[in-house]
Amino acid sequence: MAATPVSTEVVTLKLNDRDVSATRGQTILEVAREQGMEIPTLCFLEGLTPWGACRLCMIELKGSPKLLPACTTKAAEGMEIVLDSDRLKKYRKMILELLFAERNHVCAVCVSNGRCELQDLAQKNGVTHVRFPYRYAKYEVDSTHDLFRLDHNRCIMCTRCVRVCHEIEGAHVWDLKGRGIETEVVADNNLPWGQSESCTRCGKCIHACPVGALVEKTTAVNEMKKRSGFLPYLTTMRENRP
Amino acid sequence: MTPEELRQSAEAERQKSHACKHILGVCCAAGCQSMGSDKIKDALDKQVKLKGLESEVNVKSVGCLGLCAAGPLVSLESDGKKAMYQAVKEADVAEVVEKLGKAPVKRLELSLDIPFFARQQKIILENSGVIDPERIEEYFAAGGYEALIKALTDLEPAEVIDAVSRSGLRGRGGAGFPTGLKWATVAKAAGSRKYVVCNADEGDPGAFMNRSVLESDPHRVIEGMIIAGYAVGASQGYVYVRAEYPLAIKRLKTAIKQAEGKGLLGDKILGTTFSFRLEIRLGAGAFVCGEETALLVSIEGSRGMPRPRPPFPAEAGLWGMPTLINNVETFSTVPPILRNGWEWYSAIGTEKSKGTKVFALAGQIKNTGLIEVPMGTKLRDIIFDIGGGVPDGKKFKAVQTGGPSGGCIPESKLDMSVDYESLREAGSIMGSGGMIVMNEDSSMVDVAKFFTEFCMSESCGKCVPCRTGTAQMYGLLEKIHAGEAVKADLELLKELCDLVRTTSLCGLGQTAPNPVMSTLHYFEKEYTSLLKDGPGKPAAAR
Repeated sequence: MAATPVSTEVVTLKLNDRDVSATRGQTILEVAREQGMEIPTLCFLEGLTPWGACRLCMIELKGSPKLLPACTTKAAEGMEIVLDSDRLKKYRKMILELLFAERNHVCAVCVSNGRCELQDLAQKNGVTHVRFPYRYAKYEVDSTHDLFRLDHNRCIMCTRCVRVCHEIEGAHVWDLKGRGIETEVVADNNLPWGQSESCTRCGKCIHACPVGALVEKTTAVNEMKKRSGFLPYLTTMRENRP
Repeated sequence: MTPEELRQSAEAERQKSHACKHILGVCCAAGCQSMGSDKIKDALDKQVKLKGLESEVNVKSVGCLGLCAAGPLVSLESDGKKAMYQAVKEADVAEVVEKLGKAPVKRLELSLDIPFFARQQKIILENSGVIDPERIEEYFAAGGYEALIKALTDLEPAEVIDAVSRSGLRGRGGAGFPTGLKWATVAKAAGSRKYVVCNADEGDPGAFMNRSVLESDPHRVIEGMIIAGYAVGASQGYVYVRAEYPLAIKRLKTAIKQAEGKGLLGDKILGTTFSFRLEIRLGAGAFVCGEETALLVSIEGSRGMPRPRPPFPAEAGLWGMPTLINNVETFSTVPPILRNGWEWYSAIGTEKSKGTKVFALAGQIKNTGLIEVPMGTKLRDIIFDIGGGVPDGKKFKAVQTGGPSGGCIPESKLDMSVDYESLREAGSIMGSGGMIVMNEDSSMVDVAKFFTEFCMSESCGKCVPCRTGTAQMYGLLEKIHAGEAVKADLELLKELCDLVRTTSLCGLGQTAPNPVMSTLHYFEKEYTSLLKDGPGKPAAAR
């Protein structure tokens, strides 16, 4: 293969006292995962533009009074970063609790039970109970699509579906309506999904969704297997297109 | 238009104004207009005509005269002597015209010697209430666009930035970032195009500073923006105004048309090689669009949601290009800085906070209205001297500065100086300059609940802490307010405040807990007295 001259600038930094090197432009999250160091994420999905919204990947940077999201913070020379202080662990736990209390997450009857990123993170981060009162707000289940189903009760507003549809599929079926706690994912201009003219029925959103909000029909509890590994492949393919 | 033509036009306007013996200025900003000031203007016009005094009396619309509480206001300039009439009704018009040239009508007169007027120092508001905001000639006559002439004909862009830097001006949108540094960053940033954006999406409850400037003196903002465009190398500007300000939008549109007509906007401004265009973009009522990254996304036509910074707009803003974004007041301060020199400006205010700041006084305060004072003025002087204190013999309790992002400051802190650092130390912020005064009857839990509800419903819904954290905070406050909470709830509220402040994505979320945290800091008893297991008996919420 012909060697293409790539100007890569290498920086060195510390992650949890471990000296690591990174190429300029890499995010803290990328560097940490390269090193096999774990940082929890929900809205992040490799292959999509980082969104910086779930705030689970917040890290401490020495000398900065503010916490920074690992998914959008670029590695720089001399950074000293803490990935998992007690303070960070406490915040991560609270954020997960807030997500559980926000909508109606009932794992026992969920098709994603046992295959859910939210559930996994809760287990890994020691969320044994939720201290915040559940909101028990009413949400709709959109089963109008002939292949797929959207259950708003289980949506965590990570917008992975919005981004995968816009950035990878190019259809931009999904977007958001409403503000604050009332924000919801909508298809087209707030149409039932089955009536969406822009949906190509590709199913990428189903596999990008970390929870049981977007699923294939005819799946029962625990049956919805999600694969999102195709995304980095697709992105790389496009970026390297001659 | 060349600089000479502009100056001739200004001179002609000044001559015309001197030719009139009496000038009656009717406030036509939103406050007085809502009290019927346009009818008074019409009535004055008719009366002057009836008496055949058109040649000696000039009745004109002017911008905000400041003391909104006493509106409708009419200013009077007679043979060089100034007076002000308050609460003018149509029935008073005949008498007002009758007494021109004689002693003013006592019953309507509002003394200009009261601290409200005497203690102010007007830079941003220098033309408010003086010129007709819909006539560019009056802005010329008041020295308008002189700073632009100076910038375009005498100064290099770097010299303009240098003057702004040395003046010590800091962003008037609230955070107080050094304006010169921001300009220099945009100037240095690489990009095939650059933009200048004016943030006029003033959304804090009880704040009307930007509105008033746009309604009273729109050309000042335009001039500041053109100068900024020249300094940073941008040829396109946007003013992002909230649609809830129809009068401000109308006047700004008029002003832009006038400036275009005079060759002050468009190609080859003032006969130089510099070109700059200005467009208005309307906000659709989202508070979060006042946050700079959300505002830029909104201009691009997408849903207004903040994005992480860095990259800062100075590096990658509108359509990924370097973008200078400043507040209305910040741009409005630039022309006088260039006209009078940075030395003049930096001599005003405190060591770290230079110049003056406009505040909107609202709530339980006698002199509701708009004021401008030097930075470093004592909070007590603003509220009790200029503001006239709390009406109806009630006691002062607290003042909320900085809107929903700010905090409540109690009586014990009133002797502090108003500047960016002191306010932050006291647990509040400068914000855009709203001040809401509360008397002894106000429940601080209520206040915190009000602002939290505001932040909750104005959250964009993007990041988890702000979207669901503020909703949980509101739920806990409701529980406390209803007397149903226990100590553990209060502790959870404190933890939540910490989470929302520390982990939210943008300024809205990061500052949303401020009202709760500051009232908890200064008035914790009001919370604990409402707890079921709190000290003493639960007191009913007022």
